[in-house]
Amino acid sequence: MTATVNRGSSAIGRFFSLENRYLAPFLITSILLASEVAFGLLESFSRTLLAISVSILFDLVLGRLTYGRFPNVASAYITGISVGILVRSPVFWPYALCSAIAITSKYTLRWRGHHLWNPSNFAISAILLLAPEYVATLSVQWGNDVWPMTIVWILGAAIVYRVQRFHITLAYVLSFAALSALRCMITGHPLLAELAPITGPMYQLFVFFMITDPKTTVSTRRGQILVAFLVAVAEMILRLARVVDAPFFALAIVGPSAMAVDIWRRGRKTQTVNQGNGKVAAAPLPNYRISGSASSGPAD
Amino acid sequence: MPLNRTVLRASLTALLAALLAAPVIYKRLAGGSRGVQQADVANALVHYGFHLQESAQAAGIHFVHTAPKLDAKLNHIMEQVASMGAAVSIVDFNRDGRADIYVVNSGEGSRNALYENLGDGRFRDVAEEVGLADLNAAGTGASMGAVWGDYDNDGYEDVLVYKWGKPELFHNDGGKHFSRVTEQAGLPAWVNANTAIWFDYDNDGKLDLFLGGYYREDIDLWHLTTTRFMPTSFEYASNGGRKYLIHNLGGGRFEEVSAKMGIDSRRWSLAAVAADFRGTGYSDLFVANDYGVSELYLNEGGKRFREAGKETGVGFAPKSGMNASVGDVLNQGKFAVYVSNISEEGVLVQGNNLWMPDPSRVAGKLAFENVANAMGVELGGWSFGAQFGDLNNDGFLDLFLTNGNVSLDRSRSYWYDYSKVAGGNEAIISDAANWPPLEGRSLGGYQQKHVWINDGAGRFTEVAMMAGVTDLYDGRSVAMADFDNRGVLDVVVANQRGPLLLYRNTVAPGNHWIEFELEGQRSNRSAIGAEVRVFWNGRVQLQEVSGGSGFCSQNQRRLHFGLGKTSTPDRVEIRWPSGIRQKIEAPAADRLYRLKEPV
Repeated sequence: MTATVNRGSSAIGRFFSLENRYLAPFLITSILLASEVAFGLLESFSRTLLAISVSILFDLVLGRLTYGRFPNVASAYITGISVGILVRSPVFWPYALCSAIAITSKYTLRWRGHHLWNPSNFAISAILLLAPEYVATLSVQWGNDVWPMTIVWILGAAIVYRVQRFHITLAYVLSFAALSALRCMITGHPLLAELAPITGPMYQLFVFFMITDPKTTVSTRRGQILVAFLVAVAEMILRLARVVDAPFFALAIVGPSAMAVDIWRRGRKTQTVNQGNGKVAAAPLPNYRISGSASSGPAD
Repeated sequence: MPLNRTVLRASLTALLAALLAAPVIYKRLAGGSRGVQQADVANALVHYGFHLQESAQAAGIHFVHTAPKLDAKLNHIMEQVASMGAAVSIVDFNRDGRADIYVVNSGEGSRNALYENLGDGRFRDVAEEVGLADLNAAGTGASMGAVWGDYDNDGYEDVLVYKWGKPELFHNDGGKHFSRVTEQAGLPAWVNANTAIWFDYDNDGKLDLFLGGYYREDIDLWHLTTTRFMPTSFEYASNGGRKYLIHNLGGGRFEEVSAKMGIDSRRWSLAAVAADFRGTGYSDLFVANDYGVSELYLNEGGKRFREAGKETGVGFAPKSGMNASVGDVLNQGKFAVYVSNISEEGVLVQGNNLWMPDPSRVAGKLAFENVANAMGVELGGWSFGAQFGDLNNDGFLDLFLTNGNVSLDRSRSYWYDYSKVAGGNEAIISDAANWPPLEGRSLGGYQQKHVWINDGAGRFTEVAMMAGVTDLYDGRSVAMADFDNRGVLDVVVANQRGPLLLYRNTVAPGNHWIEFELEGQRSNRSAIGAEVRVFWNGRVQLQEVSGGSGFCSQNQRRLHFGLGKTSTPDRVEIRWPSGIRQKIEAPAADRLYRLKEPV
């Protein structure tokens, strides 16, 4: 499957096209700024800027060292801003460290030329395990009104629909809802309590900007839906084990496993094609530009 | 030019490993000598200059707090909702020169206690005799705290007991008995209050009241008609109880003036403290709110208050404010404000705030900077009450912080369940019926109290265990007083569903002190709002007479200053609420000064 779809030639059309690698940074920055102005969402501007700066710096240095030229920093920007939003800490160093781990993991944890973990997901999961005294994740609301949440849902859905990832978000949300009902039956807790997490900003960023990551999702549409479901299942298991940051850990477990299988399958397919007609035909990777790990530079 | 791939790959792997190891190494380094901390009196005296010995039982104090049993609709989360009410305040109710202890209870039919200081190290509960015990009868609500102030300037401290219920005002009849004057005073019929302070906001010589609501005032927690009364948000809630600014008209009558004076907030208030942050001569009002930002009401000449939380920096990042106490922590003649919040590993790391006046910002404008992390007083736990006081008389204010929310089954935590609804939308979080059942789990329970000693150079060091503070009760309210008139601050801690603890202080010999007990004449007689500056060794420490601070508490009105090795401070300056200034040159140390306002 390829993702190159003609979206028209108008400036607006080009801006909101799959090929525009600045679309995701623009949108996530818009959401960030709006929520900061309206609700003071960020821990502080300075900490978010630190996360972004370290992320970009590491990407530039490691990209240059690895590929001999500087990468486009759009994806590093998204990684940094994701860390800046999702990490909550009263001190500065976790923001810098988390960004550094994220970008370094992108260049290190690779197999057959592809990185396996969503960088910010890997880094946040790692730092939650290694430094829980200093770090938590975003666990608050978009203010106390239903409208900001609704606007973010609509805007986020429109974005992922535009870049052809809506099926992943939808599969995850439906799975989460269904499994919430199952958890409700198992635990006896109110259904709304089980559904409550997905109404918060952390989940919205998770379902729109993390699980849809093109570089760390599998190549087929059916596979992507299956993986979204499996992430929700893993999350349910973790939730039944009373793990607070279940979604991050679920994605950190399921995501790379699925990627490894996908890379292995594509490798076999390529091999079979080559053996069949003697031509080189690499199985294509998706080429969307939306998520924090969408390495748009040479590291891809 | 790309590096050799093998070298590059090895280098990147090593870099990632180093980054992942960094937090572990940092914790090892930052943890220092943890794990070898044991209470040892001699050791504590040598290293920290003081030691605290819990001695409530020996002193005749056998008080155990009981929590209220609210409406059955809250049974599934009862301990979490009914998690406040243990409170302590210090008063010399009979003017015998010794600090007494008033502690409130909250269970239906439970008794508040007034421990009279007998002067021989023992206390005796006289609450029944004087009429201050029976304040938790069914239908009247549950006591949440008490503040003392001489509202009619007759020389004896009167008391307001605030409740989740009907606030009660008692007049002190010569230190022998207390008369209930609630109706005459015209206090509101029902307030679910968790904070109140006395202060004279217009400096007219009569003490006024601030009363801060937590739950809405139209909610009777024992007879709920709805379960939709919880906060609409974990960090942005504005559906709490209203605030009351109650002006003292004299003659035992009061008038509610909050709207007229510009105080119009429904944030969930848990603590308040009044202090003159700008040197205007009028007391400003700092309010710490749960589920939201703090508020700072600047006093504009006693005519109006202006909320300036965002403008001054204290009202920007929403947290779970549960304490407000002031202290001149760097001996600069300026008050910093300590606000406690919640920190739980990997779940919610808000960190406590130490708001320090920040002169580097816009000149002439009040601004604060949070220096809790830099000064080492940021991470407590599920923190509640805190107070500043010089525990070792070294000349710098130390900090005592209580922690711990709900301690039930130690092996099972409610944090996971709590985190589900805490992140939920208004429609979910605001309905108690949606909250998962507690089922005997702990929520931020069994936490160590913190005692931070101030090195005077910008860092505090945590010494609780070594200084003898080892209890793990769910601490709420903390107050300090010199119970034996020996120039040493003792500490009293009220614990939720736990005993009242009296930590007797032993201070290593060698450090000096000076104390002041003020009596207003033109100003309110309790001298609440008076500022005392002690100058020595090129520095100055500012303290104020307070009508309530911390969480549901009030320190002894007497002011205690440690002086370190200085036996004669250079001078003492007093600014009375009336504006009258008084100076004492080279007063002798190690003495209590009882001063009347010069008129």
